[in-house]
Amino acid sequence: MNPTEPLLSVQNLKTYFFLDEGTVKAVDGVDFDVYPGQVVGIVGESGCGKSVTIKSVLRLTQKPGRIVEGKILFRSQRVTDADSGSDVIDLTTLDPHGKRMRSIRGAEIAMIPQEPMASFSPVHTVGNQLIEAIRLHEDVSKEEARQIAIERLHEVGMPNPEQRLDAYSWELSGGLRQRAMIAMSLSCNPHLLIADEPTTAIDVTTQAQVLNLLRSLQKMHNMSIIFITHDLGVIAQVADYVVVMYLGRVMETGPVDDIFHNPLHPYTKALLKSIPSIYSPSGTELPTIEGSIPHPFSRPSGCPFYPRCEAFMAGVCNAKDPELQSINERQSVSCFLYEEKQMQPS
Amino acid sequence: MDKIRQDERVLLEVSHLKKYFPIRKGFFKRVVGHVRAVDDVSFSINEGETLGLVGESGCGKTTTSRAILRALDPTDGQILFRTESGEIVDLAALPEKEIRPLRSQMQMIFQDPFASLNPRMNLLDIVSEPMLTIEGIKSRKERSERVAELLRLVGLRPEYMQRFPHAFSGGQRQRIVIARALALNPRLVVADEPVSALDVSVQAQVLNLMLRLQRQLNLTYLFVAHDLSVVKHFCNRVIVMYVGKIVEDAPTDELYFRPRHPYTAALMSAVPVPDPRIRSAMTPLEGDVPSPANPPSGCYFHPRCPYAVDICSQKTPELEEISPDHYVSCHRAGELELTGVVDPRQAQIG
Ligand SMILES: Nc1ncnc2c1ncn2[C@@H]1O[C@H](COP(=O)(O)OP(=O)(O)O)[C@@H](O)[C@H]1O
Ligand SMILES: Nc1ncnc2c1ncn2[C@@H]1O[C@H](COP(=O)(O)OP(=O)(O)O)[C@@H](O)[C@H]1O
Ligand SMILES: [Mg+2]
Ligand SMILES: [Mg+2]
Repeated sequence: MNPTEPLLSVQNLKTYFFLDEGTVKAVDGVDFDVYPGQVVGIVGESGCGKSVTIKSVLRLTQKPGRIVEGKILFRSQRVTDADSGSDVIDLTTLDPHGKRMRSIRGAEIAMIPQEPMASFSPVHTVGNQLIEAIRLHEDVSKEEARQIAIERLHEVGMPNPEQRLDAYSWELSGGLRQRAMIAMSLSCNPHLLIADEPTTAIDVTTQAQVLNLLRSLQKMHNMSIIFITHDLGVIAQVADYVVVMYLGRVMETGPVDDIFHNPLHPYTKALLKSIPSIYSPSGTELPTIEGSIPHPFSRPSGCPFYPRCEAFMAGVCNAKDPELQSINERQSVSCFLYEEKQMQPS
Repeated sequence: MDKIRQDERVLLEVSHLKKYFPIRKGFFKRVVGHVRAVDDVSFSINEGETLGLVGESGCGKTTTSRAILRALDPTDGQILFRTESGEIVDLAALPEKEIRPLRSQMQMIFQDPFASLNPRMNLLDIVSEPMLTIEGIKSRKERSERVAELLRLVGLRPEYMQRFPHAFSGGQRQRIVIARALALNPRLVVADEPVSALDVSVQAQVLNLMLRLQRQLNLTYLFVAHDLSVVKHFCNRVIVMYVGKIVEDAPTDELYFRPRHPYTAALMSAVPVPDPRIRSAMTPLEGDVPSPANPPSGCYFHPRCPYAVDICSQKTPELEEISPDHYVSCHRAGELELTGVVDPRQAQIG
């Protein structure tokens, strides 16, 4: 795979929910690329559209939700575009339940869900579920699938994988269940793994195990990963590239080092300042972002962050929509502070 | 000898606290064993201070906090509390009837601001509820004046008094919960994961509010949390629990930068540092927390401990003062060189 061409390119994606009370613009013009072998972290507070974005990519959004605009270009090795014959497919054009989307979902693009219990059936053994998942996408015999399943369990650090095939998910401890779930997601060697807050409800110790495991699996298979979290510590530890979202929009993107050491958007800056640091003296007040995230029905016009922004410019930020534009070779930001700088060449 | 009787600053002293839950089986519901959720825990909190309580889930943090407030009846041990009038009482030994008048001095804030508010009550009724049950019925005017004062105190507008909880965001609901906890002017507030369900920006607002209220009202906090960065930021002193027992108890900076128990060190190294330049730090602890119904022999941590030797599986270590004001329960604490969170002043930046 050509590492200089994106594996996934999300362009101006808009996914809305049409409710009786009004329209929730859950994802409202999102752009980002994922390159082969890259770990992209999507960070943002709850309700900002992280899950809806990746559900759109997997074509799993359900009524009353719908992709209303944009492209999701994916470089497939299993499916070619019906018209052009190209290996770059716009996933928004596929039937979400059709054969082509199903052969991409779960095989080329896999997902680690947030809730480990939900991903396994309690009445079948872990082994049977793994074997079934493998045979769904690969033309292999039961015995071959069994060998692949053992191999996957071994890779995720499951002790005694042969025996664990016969275990039920509820017999496994929390940490092992987490590993079995990751093995399940990796069963078909995906090129893109999506992890939606996989470590939110678990202890720091298990979280560290999972993060280390994902790091090493990523290197082993040279996969791309989209890692979704609201935890900036986790992002700093796993991501190569970061997408900062707020209310359905991308506020800033850039390499992880720039996002943490040279944040540009006032929202990114404020978010970084408001995390309690292990290094700050105990008992001191934290800088905060005033106000709270608006209700999805009452989203502000213009830049969605302006009511809470320290750098708010009346008549500008609340009047027009800022565009995501590149500021230097690495970072892009959607903020009028930077548009003005570009308009007045120094 | 009890510390609280010698040191006037101590507000609460818990000593040898135990809470066992019976495990029942069969038709006759015979007791076949016990979950030792809290197993011989001793610590104290000074007035006006914040004591943090950390440990993986299932270690007994919630059970400890509930037992202290007598929301659960302790199996054994003492809970010595200095009342407003300066008297020292053992909450563990008092019958419910004698606890009731003391309840106003101790309040609890729970994790989930969604579950802990009755959706059918408006703010006036929610916040004034403790006044009704404890101080007897006050006039409606008195109640609403006090509620208005409390709402202002936690940064909510008094005009909201007639509204219902569903109209508020997570952060606002946690402010309502705090206002209710403060209704009776408590001296001790036990907060069990008060900001865990909140977003980063909202979490910072609620933590700042709690700090401000502490200074204003001279509150003493027992603060339970699993987020070690939040605890570091918020607490003067921190206790680490593992399977119902305290493994370490020290001033915050000591505990984070110079931990003496391998479990504490493991927790600290698992914290994801919010700086991409410090990456190698996470060294995960393998395995899971054992069940408190069937803990391992000797030191409960020995099956997961990289430093375990023979004695660790044979003898349960005692909590001992290893340096002034720093307590640890580990056979090898004296000889181990452990590292805590990476100190950025020493870390290689590059
Ligand atoms: N099925 C749905 N019906 C209506 N609104 C929805 C639905 N799913 C998500 N939303 C709304 O879309 C927005 C984004 O949600 P989500 O992507 O889940 O946020 P995040 O994952 O960032 O926390 C929220 O305002 C949420 O309420
Ligand atoms: N009512 C109960 N009956 C039986 N076991 C309980 C009960 N409450 C808690 N436990 C057990 O006690 C242990 C400690 O639980 P808890 O205090 O909730 O831990 P933490 O708050 O640290 O996660 C756990 O093993 C839990 O399953
Ligand atoms: Mg989500
Ligand atoms: Mg708890």
